[in-house]
Amino acid sequence: MDHQAPSRESLLDRLRPHVPWGLATPREERGRSIVLVTAGALLDVLRAARDHLGLDMLVDLTAWDRIPASPRFEVVYLLGRAGSPDRLTVKAQIDGEPPRLPTTTGLYRAAVFPEREVYDMFGIAFDGHPDLRRILMPDDWEGHPLRRDYSLFEEPVEFHGHTPKVPSAIIPYFPPGSGSGSGGATPPGTGSGAGDQPPPGEAPGWGGQPPSGRPSGPETERK
Amino acid sequence: MNDPAAEGLARTPAAASARSGRAAGPADGREVLTLNVGPQHPGTHGVLRVVVELEGEIIRRATPEIGYLHTGIEKQMEARTYLQNVTLVDRIEYLASYNEEMAFYQAVERLLGVEPPPRARAIRILMCELNRIGSHLMYLAAGALDVNVTSVFMYAMTDREKYLDLSEMLSGQRMMPGYFRPGGVALDLPDGFVGAARAVLDELPRRLAEYERLLDDNLIWRERLEGVAPLSREDAVALGATGPVLRGSGVAHDCRTLMPYGGYEEYRFDVPVRQEGDAFARYRVRMEEMRQSRRIALQVLDRLPDGPIIVDDRKIALPPRAELARSMEAVIHQFKLVSEGLHPPAGDSYVATESPRGEKGYFIVSDGSNRPVRAHVRAPSFYNLQALPAMVEGHPLSDLVVAIASIDIVLGDVDR
Amino acid sequence: MGVSVDPPAPAGPRPAEGPGQGGSPADRDVERNVLTTTLERLLNWARASSVWPVQFGLACCAIEMISSAASRFDIARYGSELFRASPRQADLMIVAGRVSQKMAPVVRHIYDQMLEPKWVIAMGDCASTGGLYNNYAVVQGVDKVVPVDVYIAGCPPRPEALLHGLGLLQDLIARGATARRR
Repeated sequence: MDHQAPSRESLLDRLRPHVPWGLATPREERGRSIVLVTAGALLDVLRAARDHLGLDMLVDLTAWDRIPASPRFEVVYLLGRAGSPDRLTVKAQIDGEPPRLPTTTGLYRAAVFPEREVYDMFGIAFDGHPDLRRILMPDDWEGHPLRRDYSLFEEPVEFHGHTPKVPSAIIPYFPPGSGSGSGGATPPGTGSGAGDQPPPGEAPGWGGQPPSGRPSGPETERK
Repeated sequence: MNDPAAEGLARTPAAASARSGRAAGPADGREVLTLNVGPQHPGTHGVLRVVVELEGEIIRRATPEIGYLHTGIEKQMEARTYLQNVTLVDRIEYLASYNEEMAFYQAVERLLGVEPPPRARAIRILMCELNRIGSHLMYLAAGALDVNVTSVFMYAMTDREKYLDLSEMLSGQRMMPGYFRPGGVALDLPDGFVGAARAVLDELPRRLAEYERLLDDNLIWRERLEGVAPLSREDAVALGATGPVLRGSGVAHDCRTLMPYGGYEEYRFDVPVRQEGDAFARYRVRMEEMRQSRRIALQVLDRLPDGPIIVDDRKIALPPRAELARSMEAVIHQFKLVSEGLHPPAGDSYVATESPRGEKGYFIVSDGSNRPVRAHVRAPSFYNLQALPAMVEGHPLSDLVVAIASIDIVLGDVDR
Repeated sequence: MGVSVDPPAPAGPRPAEGPGQGGSPADRDVERNVLTTTLERLLNWARASSVWPVQFGLACCAIEMISSAASRFDIARYGSELFRASPRQADLMIVAGRVSQKMAPVVRHIYDQMLEPKWVIAMGDCASTGGLYNNYAVVQGVDKVVPVDVYIAGCPPRPEALLHGLGLLQDLIARGATARRR
């Protein structure tokens, strides 16, 4: 299943002379050209990709939480070219509280919404963003939901005399290379997150630590 | 006229403020009205809120506010196995569920390093294209309803019902089929499906010609759509628009031809592109896409290969039921796959697919466990919505509804 | 047809009688040709026969709701001729789809803007119980926000299921039995 465009290998070669430093681990993987850069080199690499490789589309901007690995967050930029199969994936790994990155909105106007989403979901602040505020969650929400240590907040169904499993515990987490019968483990970094059941004998409650401040659900808001 | 008495009675905001003694608005006498459109609004195609700053009837600034349908799907996908996730994936772009499942499983299969057998690939493409026709018919219905061409709404919904019937015949569900599996599809085509699909597809050109008769020469339709919500090529590319929004602005960009996936390279079809960049161009692109989807679907039906509908690897696909009675190993594989799920190798993958709204891809990160560490949806409607302000600023308010309809937005896709 | 006034009781004991049986010929005529009812039953019949929903489709269930309004399933023959855009002009709120945290206050706001008498149908699993989504983002059932009269299960419920639910609601209205208001 090889869908490589003919110019794929030369994308990285064409990029290299323009950004000689900070360019760590360029690689080809499963048909994709990937470049891992430091946060300081990010804008230069993106600018070089746009100006010298003609990658004028920001196809996607996202992030993921690598906890317990460090640096904790990896922000992924997928660049493309209109009318062409050329694609480049640029990754930057960052840490910090709050983690910070320079904004890409100056280079790609398409970054406005996705950077807001990454800020909302992960708490990664983009310096220089014209309108950095929450986009998917309510404005006064506390916490960043897609972080792996943020609970899923599953409500167990209330029955009399029986506490059923929360849905994510029905097929629990099986670590890589797990044998049969391990019964599931907690995914790394999630702590008391999804997969917990309330201990027997206790009233069903939230499956995790609630965020400080705003309780979820509007019952307390207005009558 | 410079009659002082008349000026005192002049009907300008500045004069009115002078009479009332209140502070005037902007020095040049213009007033800006902030209008909230949505989230409950018949013209926003779902729970979208647009905060519009108006000067008279002209939109000076439009800011989409989203998140009213945020469902936490990406987070929930991290707490489910790859098979359980097909139900969540269906409900993201709920008008094009087959395309969504295709995108998801293309990424999963890229991680696993498997390719479905030829018959499965053909069935997948068939259902994706039938779904594309159904989705574009829904665009036509909703778009026509917004402009109050109610008869086209009724006709298009009735035509769409035929595609929902096909989906139901195949998977048991009109919407949210949950039909694809890692490595193939869940069920084979039932008897009579090919004939039913051919009958529906044979009728399509007549129906499309009827819509064109109703709309293309319709003065109201043309006035409401031509020149409305223009998006230049530069803006479309810069704002990340894909799909008919991009192709309506003159960019020939279709993931099925540029980066073929899932077997699309075996079929011949054209990609319609228009240069005008207005709502009418997007309408024409979608009408032509329906014809091209029909072309692909007929090629699939003509050449439908025989064979298995799912890959043979017992670590990925369930064994056939008959084998369970004979083989202990099959029982163990069944047990492990159902109670534990499959374990793709660690790494990440992204495959760009073409949904009816634009480029859809899943960025999936696996750590080798039975659950994705991260499953991010590159949602075409999310990026297409960024183009909305560029389409409507400087235009009358009534163009806002037509612009939203012409983007063909699905809020489940935007908010996930 | 109209509301009739009971004829004056004739003097003397009256035998047990059915319609059109006892009393004077004028009485029998009236009973055969005039529908006697209470004002409340008449109003309930009128309300049940013409329930106009407000346009409140949230997610995928909204698509099935739109399908039920189209010609194949035709909700208009059940009296829901028009889906009103303004809640002030509607009787029924069909909550069709998942209610997110950000949308919940809006649901309540729209519900509060509707005039009495008003009813709520929770269409689909997400509106009834949170459905497939048991997580931080989805309110586990719209009945945490507004009082619900009829729940329709399904993901999404077929248009026939929505019509069945609407029929149940019409029976409820005709009987005068609806959810406690809050």
